[in-house]
Amino acid sequence: MQARAVRPSARRQKGGKAVCSAGSGLQAGNGQHHVLRSVQNNVGRIERSAVSASVGARRVSSTSSVGYASRGAVACSAGKVAVLGAAGGIGQPLSMLVKMLPSVKELSLYDIQGTKGVAADLSHCNTACKVTGYVGEEELTSALEGCDLVIIPAGVPRKPGMTRDDLFNINAGIVKSLATACAEVCPNAILNIISNPVNSTVPICNEVYKAKGITGASARILGVTTLDIVRSNTFLAEECGLDVDQVDVPVIGGHAGVTILPLLSQMRPKVQLENKRIEELTTRIQNAGTEVVEAKAGAGSATLSMAYAAARFAESCLRGLQGDKVYECAYIESSLIPDLEYFASKVQLGPNGVEEVFEVGQVSDFEQQGIEGLIPELKKSIAKGQEFAKN
Amino acid sequence: MSESRIAKLAAHLTGFGAKAGFRVAVLGASGGIGQPLSLLLKKTNLVRELHLYDVKGTKGVMADLSHINTYTTVRSFEGNAELAECLKGCDLVVIPAGVPRKPGMTRDDLFKINAGIVASLAAGVADSCPEAFVAIISNPVNSTVPIAAEVLKRKGCYNPAKLFGVTSLDVVRANTFVAEACNQKPEKMNVPVIGGHSGNTILPLLSQTSPKNALPMDQVKALTNRIQNAGTEVVEAKAGTGSATLSMAAAAHRFAESCLRALNGEFGVVECAYVENSEAISQGLAFFALPVRLNKTGVSGFAPLTPLSDYEAQLFNSMKGALAGNIRKGQEFGRSFTL
Repeated sequence: MQARAVRPSARRQKGGKAVCSAGSGLQAGNGQHHVLRSVQNNVGRIERSAVSASVGARRVSSTSSVGYASRGAVACSAGKVAVLGAAGGIGQPLSMLVKMLPSVKELSLYDIQGTKGVAADLSHCNTACKVTGYVGEEELTSALEGCDLVIIPAGVPRKPGMTRDDLFNINAGIVKSLATACAEVCPNAILNIISNPVNSTVPICNEVYKAKGITGASARILGVTTLDIVRSNTFLAEECGLDVDQVDVPVIGGHAGVTILPLLSQMRPKVQLENKRIEELTTRIQNAGTEVVEAKAGAGSATLSMAYAAARFAESCLRGLQGDKVYECAYIESSLIPDLEYFASKVQLGPNGVEEVFEVGQVSDFEQQGIEGLIPELKKSIAKGQEFAKN
Repeated sequence: MSESRIAKLAAHLTGFGAKAGFRVAVLGASGGIGQPLSLLLKKTNLVRELHLYDVKGTKGVMADLSHINTYTTVRSFEGNAELAECLKGCDLVVIPAGVPRKPGMTRDDLFKINAGIVASLAAGVADSCPEAFVAIISNPVNSTVPIAAEVLKRKGCYNPAKLFGVTSLDVVRANTFVAEACNQKPEKMNVPVIGGHSGNTILPLLSQTSPKNALPMDQVKALTNRIQNAGTEVVEAKAGTGSATLSMAAAAHRFAESCLRALNGEFGVVECAYVENSEAISQGLAFFALPVRLNKTGVSGFAPLTPLSDYEAQLFNSMKGALAGNIRKGQEFGRSFTL
């Protein structure tokens, strides 16, 4: 994908199915300008991205430098999805939701045990999507053949007292071998990585692909942070007494503790909150995963809400593959923050995975502190993943 | 089918998919069916309040679900002491509570454990929300629905128009298998399934599918067998780890949503369900699954069926005694259960 500079005055009107209503345009002069684009996706959500374009415009960074000629809207008959870890706590309800997506023609359920049962169960549902179960490493290749999208919730969940990083030792190995198989069998598929710690497992996948000589894959290796957005939307709607359908909060950074940074200042609709409340809500969003781990008292971590969020993100990826413009936040290899090689931010999904990465934009002082504060931990997690993958 | 066309038109008028203020309880919300079912209900705009009840684990399920950004709010209730509070003001109560089959078990083998569970939950409904629609999933449905009926009668609040055994999964399975055999889209196929909800008491009517089919007799028999044993198919595939959960959740959700649409005033809602009735087609069996017309008051009538084919009539005769026995067993239990 070519690097594209977005200078507001030169912005081309794009074709495609997006409904774009430009804001009042750019005013000459100093200060921050905001071009608000409102886009409606097919589940009825209006998602807006705030693109800050200051004078002396910074580039909207490209996600990869490989020679993908810009294809425009390719009508992809996107249809084959694999869920790796389909028999697990997230995998099962996720598979149920994916089976119900109209754009999915085939669903591969893979795990080291239990998938024959899950597939038999789901295959009875009367939707067009055909389900097949694959069990054990010997069947992984068959599961992945011809896939357009591979969703990976495989691994162990947290118990009370554990951080996502504590899962590293087990889950890193699982993700590495699954990524290796994907790189061999379906290198052009989009990956949705759910397995924690996402901050490290996404770098692991990228290193695996690079080691295999695959370039440009970073646009297709997406860490799923959608649950953080879902949680932020829920908590802010509650807080402000808003209709939850109308709320959209971008969340950037990473997917663990303080690396999760909700941008309440960029929330739609705009609200006024006391600084103290902003801090409390931010903390709640950052610890929401732990909230569920403790409520489940050893029985697991978020499964149903994770399935919901992952299904939403998978659907967005599929619609992107089919040529729609869809906006989501995702954790990807990114040059947005000079100090970090990976970062979650708002992106536009399309036929090649991530087509465009949006600048963080105007943030409050508290959020700016948050960005600076998360860099050390995120950097460490990224390095940990990269090192693991290279050995 | 003019009826379904009218229903579709009417749906636009009453705002199908619109929001409503219904309160729905899931009794057994922490279980294998209860959890995915609760997830689907959390995404259903007709549900304003979702009450999760179980003997344990609902706090965690609620914390999990409560993070989802939808209109539906969630509350959890744990243990018998909280059942009344859970059920107060509910419009619909869905009951998947109980244990599932293991390989080699029939649904009837579950009777010992599940009968008592359903009886006490039915008593709870009688005490706290006697006007609610009650949808029973707990097996053996052939018996647990009569159990509930007897308990509700003893409590003086039984309304046969509002008590349902959920047989939607048989319909879903029939739709899927028949569509496959006919090379049709599974979501467009409609196969009525009547009778009971176990083994050969399940009577799929391949003679009256919509769209019509021209399947030869040997395929009709094979499909009928497969539909009747589909539950066992999953129990064996799961090799001891349970029975159908995800497809059961999806089918139960479909039925629950139909109940809510009916409660919301939508016209033309029809679902197969196991209910008490005295239709001629039930041949004297007190409880029998039929395509039921639903409205705000519950069962308002039955959708017409053409006469059974010879094969179907044969199947009916061969299972009539067994279903009558299942019903009797449930009624006896419900009458003697210590309230």
